[in-house]
This record gives sequence, structure tokens and C-alpha cells, in this order.
Amino acid sequence: MDILLLSRIQFAANISFHILFPTITIALGWVLLFFKLRFNRTQDRKWMDLYLFWVKVFALSFALGVVSGITMSFQFGTNWPGFMEVVGNVAGPLLAYEVLTAFFLEAVFLGIMLFGASRVPGWLHTLATFLVAFGTTMSAFWILVLNSWMHTPAGHELRDGVVYAADWWAIIFNPSMPYRLVHMLLASGLTVAFLIAGLSAWRWLRQDRTPAVATGLRFGLTLGALLIPLQILAGDMHGLNTLEHQPAKVAAMEGNWETRGNVPLLLFALPDEAARENRFEIGIPSIASVILKHDPAGVVPGLNDFVAEDGSVLHPPVSAVFWSFRIMVGIGMLMLVVSWGGVWLIRRRGVEGLPRPALWGLAGMSFAGWGATLAGWYTTEIGRQPWLVHGVLTVKEAVGDVAAGMVLSTLIAYLVVYALLIAAYLGVLFHLAAKAGQPAKPALQPSLQPAE
Amino acid sequence: MFHPEALPLIFAALMGASILLYVVLDGFDLGVGLLFPFTTEAERDRMIASIGPFWDANETWLVLAIGLLLVAFPTAHGTILTALYLPVAVMLIGLILRGVAFEFRAKAPIPHKKPWDIAFWAGSLMTALSQGFMLGIYIMGLQWSLATVAFATLTAGALAVAYSFIGAGWVIFKTDGALQLKAVHWAKGGIWGVVLGMGAVSAATPLASPRIFDKWFTLPEVVALAPLPLMSALLVALLWLSLRRLPTRDDSFAWFPFVGAVVLMILGFFGMAYSFYPYIVPEKMTIWQAAAATESLSIILVGTLVVLPVILGYTVLAYVIFRGKATKLSYD
Repeated sequence: MDILLLSRIQFAANISFHILFPTITIALGWVLLFFKLRFNRTQDRKWMDLYLFWVKVFALSFALGVVSGITMSFQFGTNWPGFMEVVGNVAGPLLAYEVLTAFFLEAVFLGIMLFGASRVPGWLHTLATFLVAFGTTMSAFWILVLNSWMHTPAGHELRDGVVYAADWWAIIFNPSMPYRLVHMLLASGLTVAFLIAGLSAWRWLRQDRTPAVATGLRFGLTLGALLIPLQILAGDMHGLNTLEHQPAKVAAMEGNWETRGNVPLLLFALPDEAARENRFEIGIPSIASVILKHDPAGVVPGLNDFVAEDGSVLHPPVSAVFWSFRIMVGIGMLMLVVSWGGVWLIRRRGVEGLPRPALWGLAGMSFAGWGATLAGWYTTEIGRQPWLVHGVLTVKEAVGDVAAGMVLSTLIAYLVVYALLIAAYLGVLFHLAAKAGQPAKPALQPSLQPAE
Repeated sequence: MFHPEALPLIFAALMGASILLYVVLDGFDLGVGLLFPFTTEAERDRMIASIGPFWDANETWLVLAIGLLLVAFPTAHGTILTALYLPVAVMLIGLILRGVAFEFRAKAPIPHKKPWDIAFWAGSLMTALSQGFMLGIYIMGLQWSLATVAFATLTAGALAVAYSFIGAGWVIFKTDGALQLKAVHWAKGGIWGVVLGMGAVSAATPLASPRIFDKWFTLPEVVALAPLPLMSALLVALLWLSLRRLPTRDDSFAWFPFVGAVVLMILGFFGMAYSFYPYIVPEKMTIWQAAAATESLSIILVGTLVVLPVILGYTVLAYVIFRGKATKLSYD
């Protein structure tokens, strides 16, 4: 395999593994602060139980996020030296601000948040919890600024093939940044909502029916029900923004080959790039035009506009973008149905009245947020191809000249480690959930039970 | 706003400071991991408790150092990291294993604890050895040959021993009783490894690089630089004396081996920094040739000057909050 494809797979593997954990910690930090504040106010034990259970999940997810994030920062240099050489003047300061304003904050106060409860005054512990949540969100802010700039670069000038920063305000608030940031933060909120609802439902099914579990179930479902309409709205606005700045990506998402009006919303199709047409197309007439242009006759750009005179293709691979977009939207719609249905059932019959199939459904959707988040990132990142920085630098220009064998061997090593760690992570989450339901035994040897 | 010629120098100094802080801070917690094979389970719990609140922030200094290399010296960043591709990958996998083992060993089912302890040790070892190996290849001008790999193997071993020593110093400082006594024994053995490692690297470096030889062994430099090795020798003697008397009855001077090890690392670091200056890619690229655009460096420096004191402030706060002997870690 060629070095470009191997390097891309390696980066995709690393970043896909990485994003799983920040997606949880970004929102879970705020949820923990909420639990803590509720406990401070009500002194109801169930809020502390919720805090103490979910803080373990947070610590574990945070550690996985940190170590996989370090891998990312090195990958820029080991595999993509062209990236920093060409756009380092923009990307560098953004990454530096992430480290300075976010990483240290969250790392230092995480220690106090996790282990300092008995050593510091209550207000300082609450403050530490806030600063950790704030730090994770700041981290998301800076990295999404950079990522958005790669999609919709602005505020820079090109001199001798190197990018120089001209207007930092325009760089930071580049056209797609607000949409992407909101879309990602909501994705994190939804991931956590369904994780909390799902694990609580699983505990409920195992007859672990404490007030904390019931409240967790209600909290997760309510959070999901509140966020999903906002996410659908934000996603739609993000799509319109993409249409304006990256029309080729939207054409791939819609599987639309010719620029035309009355474009159907395709529910199913097998895009065939060789023949440049779709097979087995099933669609609803004109709806894509309505969504994208708010007019059934609205003209939507087609993929054939992005083929150069010499036949070289300047649009992203169609099938991957088309299908990952549909998976994301599909999971989103499922979340809408499940969370609204769940809240409706709880309002009518209480948590005790939830039927077993509904509980199993929720448990099965514990990690639905991961699926939607990954599918969404694949849509937008594959949709950026062949560019690394849209209109400025292609992936091909940036890839490093490392022996393919070395990239392949490290790729295999990373994949093995990641597969093991995901299995361990899932196993431990369910182990913690199962253990939380058992009555606490007095520890015979306290020293053998440290740092949970 | 800032003098364009001064900026690369300031950033080289900042990067050096981050690397030094990283080596000292993550050095002690990596060292604690390296000492795992000599411990019982209860001792491991206590050693983990002594580094639990700190390790994550300690590791962030590595991210800052690599971040500064990446942002301030973008062309050098690619050259150095592609040349060190394999050891970097080994280090990253080591850091991953170590970082997650921290959490998994305490949260996984009890029978899985031992395998995670082994992962913690293996991760620490992979990290320490690969960092030492990278240092060696870097000293050798990023060239891969039989001789440079042999030298890098030497530095790999030396750095792992140095980390173990500072780790033992940390355990002496943060624990008491039988574990502290054990750590004193580790440190007594480790100090000879440190002397051997530092001596070997110090002797081999000038021999391998004529430029570095000239930087050290010409008049008047050789006189001006004499305090570095002399202070190191004195410090080693003091460390040995203190280790023979530790632990004391009232636990006085338990901090000394750790602080001594830190100072020893600082001395070694300055020796290295002097050898390399002004190169960022040895013999090929100076810090001025590799520096990013002035306007980009300026905007980072403004932020750094504002934020870095705050970071140092709350880092100190964390060490104050978790001062004293390590006890059981718990979330409530």
C-alpha cells in the first residue's frame, strides 16, 4: 500500500480512537458539576452517589483521552511534516493556546477534583470540578477552531507557499467554526446523555433500583430529549454553511451528480464513481432542494462540477461520505424517537413503569453517541478530501517521507493496542456499573482497594 | 513588539524549560513505574497513590515541549520527528499503556489488577528507554548507523536508570516505614547506575562530535565549565552520604535524595543544552533557521507570558494540597 493511504489510515485510526473519550469528558465534566451542585443544594445522597459513580467513568475516559491525544500531537510531525511546514504559522499558535489554556488547567485540577475532596474546602473542590469542565471545553474550542480553519480557511495570506497569519480574529472565527463547535458540543452532550441513560437502564434491569439509578435514567433521557432538537437544528445550519463553503462535500453527502433543481432526498443509493451515477436509488422527490435551498426548485451543486478538464477528480470519495452522513442522521433520528418516547413514558408512568424492551433499547443505545460522532466526523473529514487545508494544501503534499513498512508496522501496533483498550474500557464500565449495584462491603484490607 | 532575533532564542529557552520540567516531573513518576518489579501489591498501591494526583499534569509538559517545537520551529519539528519515527511510536504506545494502567488497575476486576501493573511497568519502561534512545540519536545528529544505535542504546539505559533513581528519591520523600527503607536500598543501587550512565554519556558525546569536543575542551571554556562536572561529583558524594544515613529517626532529610536527583538532572541538562546551542537539528539547522514567522511567535509569546505563571501557580497549589506522606487515594 502506498505511504499516503497508510498514513491517512493511521491518522484516522488514531483520531477516531481519540475522539471517543473527549466526546464523553467534554459534557460529562459539566454533568458532574451539575450533580455536585445539586448535592450541595439538596444534600440528597443520590446526587453524591451519581457523582461518585460517574466521576470514575470520567477519570477513566480522561486518561484514555489524554494518552491518545499525546499520540495525535506527535503524529503531526512523524507523518504529516508538510502540514506544519505550510500552515504552522496558523496551526501552531492555536495548538499552543490549547495546551496553555486548557491542558494544564484540566490536568492539574483533575488531580484536585479526583483525590482532593477530603483535603480541600468544599468550595475549592466545586471550583476544581468547574475548572476541569471548563478546561475540557476550552480544549474543544481551540481544536475545533483549528479544524474549522482547515475546512474554511480565512484570515491568512500565502507568501512563497507558506501560510502567514494576517488577521487572528478572522482565523479564530472562521466561517464554519461557530457551527462546527456547537455541533460537536451538542454531540458530546448527547453521547453522555445516552451513556448515562443506557448504563442506568442496564443497572435497573439488573434489579439495582436505587434512587440514584432512577434519577440517572431520568436525567439522561431528559438531557437527550432536550439536546436532540437543538442538534438537528444545529446540524442543518452546519450543512447550509458547508453548502456555501464546501459545495463538493454537500454534493457527496446528497449523492447528487448533476447540478440541478428538484434534487431528491436519497434514502438509499449505491454511488458508483466509475460510472458517475447512483445504483438502486430510492429517494423522496425535491426534498434535498427544500432542505438545502428552502425551495423545491432550488438548484443544488452536483459532483460533476468538481472534475477538472483533464479528468482529475476534485471532489471527495462519494460512497464513504454519502453513507457516513446517513448513519449519523439515522442515529440522530433514533435518538429523537427514543428520548422523546422515554420521557413521555416516564412522565406517564414513572421510571418504575418503563417496559423491559424500552430499558433494553436504552441499554443498547449506551454508545449510540459514539456511532453518530464518528459517522459525523467521517462525513466532514472525508468530505474535505483531497484537501488537508481546503484550497491551500492537499494531503498528498503534506505526507511525510517515511518508509511504508514502518508506517504499516506502527499502524498494526496502534490498532492492536486500541482494540484491546476499547475492549478493556467497555468491560470496566460495565464492571463498575455491576459493582455499584452490590451493597458496599467493609473493605478487609483497605490498602488493596485504592484510587477507584 | 518583540525583537525578531530574540524570539527564537526565547522560544528555545521556553522549550528547554518545558523539557527540563518534563524530565524531572514525569521522570519521577516513570521511575516509580520502573521500580514495580521490586515491590509487593500493597507497596505498588502506595507508590501509585504518591503520584496519582500529579502524573497527568506532569505529562502535559511533554505536550507543551513538543507543542513549542511544533509551533516555534515547524521545519525542525518535521525533520526531527520523521527521523525518530520508530522510537516515537514506541514511546507513544508506552505512554498509552502507562497512562491507562493507572486507571484500569484500580477499576478493573481484581484478577485483572496484576496484568495492569505489568502494563504499567512495561509502559514506563518503553517510555524511558525510547526517550533515552531518542536523546542518543539526537546527540548523534539524527543519523542511524551501528555506532549511533550503540550510543543511543547506552543513553536509553542511562535515562532509564536516572528515572528509576529519581523515582526512588520520590518514594523516599513521600512514604515511610518499610517501603521507605526499601526505596533507600533502590536509590543506593541506582546511584552507581546514574554515575556510570552520566559519565558514559558525558565521555562519549564529545568523542562522537568534534564540534561538541571543541566547545568543551578549549581554553577558557574548559575552566568556565568546570563547575558543572565538579558540582555533579559533589552532589553524588552528598547523595551517597545521605542515603547511608536514611531513613532518619525524625524523617529529616527524606527530601534530600529527590531534590539532589533533580539538581543532578538540571546540571546534566545544562551540559547538554550548552553542547547543542545554537542548533535545533544538530549540525544542520540553527534555532534561527528553523523559527516560525515573527508575528506567529509574538502572539504565542504574549499568551505564554500571561498564562505560564498561572500554570506554575496552580501546579504549586496542587503539590501543596497533596503535600506530606502519600496515603490511600480515594474519590470521597
